[in-house]
Amino acid sequence: MDLLRFATAGSVDDGKSTLIGRLLYDSKSIFEDQLESVEAASKARGNEYTDLALLTDGLRAEREQGITIDVAYRYFATPRRKFIIADTPGHAQYTRNMVTGASTADLAIILVDARKGLTEQSRRHATIASLLRVPHLVLAVNKMDLVDFSQDVFEQIYKEFSDFAAKLNVPDLTAIPLSALEGDNVVERSARTPWYQGTSLLHHLEHVHIASDRNLQDVRFPVQYVVRPQHSSARDYRGLAGTVASGVMKVGDEVLALPSGLSSRIKAIDGPHGSVTEAYPPMAVTVRLEDELDISRGDVLCRPANHPQPTQDLDLTVCWMDDHPLVVGQKIGVLHTTRMARAIVKDIAYELDVNTLHREQGIRQLGLNSIGRVKLRVTTPLMVDDYDDNRTTGAMILIDEATNGTVGAGVVRAI
Amino acid sequence: MTHPHYHLSELDALEAEAIHIIREVVAQMERPALLFSGGKDSIVMLHVAIRAFAPAPVPFPVVHIDTGHNFPEVLEFRDRMVQDNGLQLIVGSVQEAIDRGVVREEPNGSRNRIQTPVLLDTIEKNRFDACMGGARRDEEKARAKERVFSFRDEFGQWDPRNQRPELWSLYNGKVHPGESIRVFPLSNWTELDIWNYIADREVEVPSIYFAHEREVFDRGGMWMAANEFAVPRDGDEVVTKKVRYRTVGDATLTAAVESDADTVEKIVTEIAATRLTERGATRGDDRVSEAAMEDRKKEGYF
Repeated sequence: MDLLRFATAGSVDDGKSTLIGRLLYDSKSIFEDQLESVEAASKARGNEYTDLALLTDGLRAEREQGITIDVAYRYFATPRRKFIIADTPGHAQYTRNMVTGASTADLAIILVDARKGLTEQSRRHATIASLLRVPHLVLAVNKMDLVDFSQDVFEQIYKEFSDFAAKLNVPDLTAIPLSALEGDNVVERSARTPWYQGTSLLHHLEHVHIASDRNLQDVRFPVQYVVRPQHSSARDYRGLAGTVASGVMKVGDEVLALPSGLSSRIKAIDGPHGSVTEAYPPMAVTVRLEDELDISRGDVLCRPANHPQPTQDLDLTVCWMDDHPLVVGQKIGVLHTTRMARAIVKDIAYELDVNTLHREQGIRQLGLNSIGRVKLRVTTPLMVDDYDDNRTTGAMILIDEATNGTVGAGVVRAI
Repeated sequence: MTHPHYHLSELDALEAEAIHIIREVVAQMERPALLFSGGKDSIVMLHVAIRAFAPAPVPFPVVHIDTGHNFPEVLEFRDRMVQDNGLQLIVGSVQEAIDRGVVREEPNGSRNRIQTPVLLDTIEKNRFDACMGGARRDEEKARAKERVFSFRDEFGQWDPRNQRPELWSLYNGKVHPGESIRVFPLSNWTELDIWNYIADREVEVPSIYFAHEREVFDRGGMWMAANEFAVPRDGDEVVTKKVRYRTVGDATLTAAVESDADTVEKIVTEIAATRLTERGATRGDDRVSEAAMEDRKKEGYF
C-alpha cells in the first residue's frame, strides 16, 4: 500500500481539526473509546454537538482554549492508501509548527472559511507550502453550509487564491467546496453542491498521483554513520550507512565521494534484510565500496558526471522561527543532511511580504515567522542542490548556538 | 528484490524511517540508550536497531525500568533477547527505589507513575543524553503531539508548548550537559503496522500476546488477571477465559482482552477489525483524566 503524508493549514477557527475529525469519523478510523471520550468532553463543555476537534487537540492548553498549538499527527487508512496527517496550527504565533508539518508533506490542504475569504494566514500558509515545495495543494473552502452552498462565493475565493498562487510556485492546485462540520464533499460528493464537478476530498487524497514527485535521477547518498564491526566474524567489513536522498544506486556503479573527490565502485549494498542490487529513496542501507576510502559522516556519495559543487557560500530562503530575530553578522549552527557546520550571516537581501509577495530590501534582521532571502558563509563546504530539484540536499535547519534550539529553516534557491 | 517502479511499501518505508532515526541518534549523541520493556513496540524497535548496525553489534545498552510488577513470560523473554543478541542490559528497579525510600508506593498500588523518578535517576546515573522509546503517536492524543527527537530539560520534563520545530528528516540532538533527548523511532507506526511487521519479518514476541486460557475477573469493564498483582476483592467473580494481552505494562493495571487470536495472522485480522484503541481497551493508567498522559509526560514519563 501507498503512503501519503499531508498537512492541513488555515487560519484560526477555519475548521481544520474538525475536518480531520470528519475524515477520521467518516472513514471509520475513530475508535469507540476515542469517540466516547470526545463525546463526554464535548458534553462537559456544554457543546451542542460532538466537537471532533478534540480528537486532535490533545494538549490541555489546546482543549482549554479550543485552539491548535502544535502539530498533531494522525493516521488512517482506506483500502487504497495509508495516510499520515499533520494537523498544523492556525495562529500566526505557531507558524513554525505549521512549517514542521508541511516540510515532509506530499500534499497540503489550506482551509479557508467561506464567510471570511482569504486571510493573511491563508496567504502565509500558501507561501510556506510553495516555499517548501509541497507538490500538491488543495484549497478547501470550508463552512459552505453557512453561505448556502453558494457557487459565487466559492468561485470568488478560488479566483482570488489562484491569482495569488500564480505568483508562487504551485505545481498542482485543486479547489473543493465543503462543510467539515456537516460532511459535505469530505468523503462523499454532496448533493448540496450540484454545480461542483470535482471529486470529494477523500477521493482526491486517495487518487492524487505522487509517485513522480520523487527524484530518481540524481544519486545523492549522505553518509550518516560508518559501520565497522570490531569483532572477528566481520573484521574487514566497512560499510557506509545512510538513507538514499535521491537517485538509484546500483552495485557496480562508479561513485564519487564529496568533498574529498575520491572515487570507487559500489561493491555491495546491504539492506535491513540482506543484500540488495539497488537502492532508491527513501531506503536506509549500508553501502560497501571496492576501495578503502577516507569517508565519514557528512560526506556524500554521488556520480562522477552528476554531483553538486561543494560550497561555503549559501543563498537561502529562510523561514525564521525564533523570538530573537536573525541579524546580519550573527553566528549560527547549520544542519544539512548529515553534516553539522557553523555559519555567519553575511547579508539579508530582502524580506518577503506574505500578503503581497513584495520584496522589501535594505533590512538588517528577520523577525519571528518572517520569510527572507539570506546569505550565509559556512565554515565547511556543504554539498547542496537547488531545493527545487532535491527536497533533501536543498534543505537545512539553523540552530541557535546558545540555546541549541532549532530557530530557522532554509532552502537553497540558487547556487 | 528488484522493484521496477522503485516503490517502497508502507512497511518498508516505516522501517527505513526508523533505521534513519536510530542511526541519527548514534551518530549525533554521546551516550544513547534504548528503553526495552519486553513489550511488542520495544521488541520491534530493537529488531530494527539490530538491522541498522549489522553486522556490527548495537552500539548502545538497553535499559529496562522494572516496576517489579511483571508478567513472568515477559521477563524471561527480555533476558533471552539480551542473551541471544549479546546486549548490555541496565535495569532501573522501582522496588529498589522504594526500599531505599527514594519513592513511595502510591495508594492504588500501581507503580506506573513512580517509574518516572526511577527512569530519570537511571538516565542521570548513566549520563544518558538520549533514550529511544517505542512509543507511537497513534497510541494517545498527547503522544500524537510529540516530536521524534523530543527535548527534555535537566529535570527530564517535556514542555509541549515549546517544542523544537522538526523539519524534513533533520533531527536536532544538540543538548547542554544534564539535558537529554527522548527519541521515538516508531512515531509514525500504528498498532496494525507493528503487527504486520511482526508477521512479515517473523519477529518473536512473548507468549502473553497470543490467546490463552487465564483466570480473570472484571474490574471497571476490563479483564484483569487474578494474580499477586491484581487480587480479586470480595464480590469479584474469578472466571477462566480465553484472553490475550494487547499491551504489556504494569501488571496491576494492564488488562487482557477476550480473544481467540492464537497466531500472528489472527492477531493482524483482529487488530484490523477492532473498534477500541489498545490503551482504551487495556490500560487503567490513561483513565485518570482527559490529560493523564500529558501530565505524566511533563513529569518525565516515557
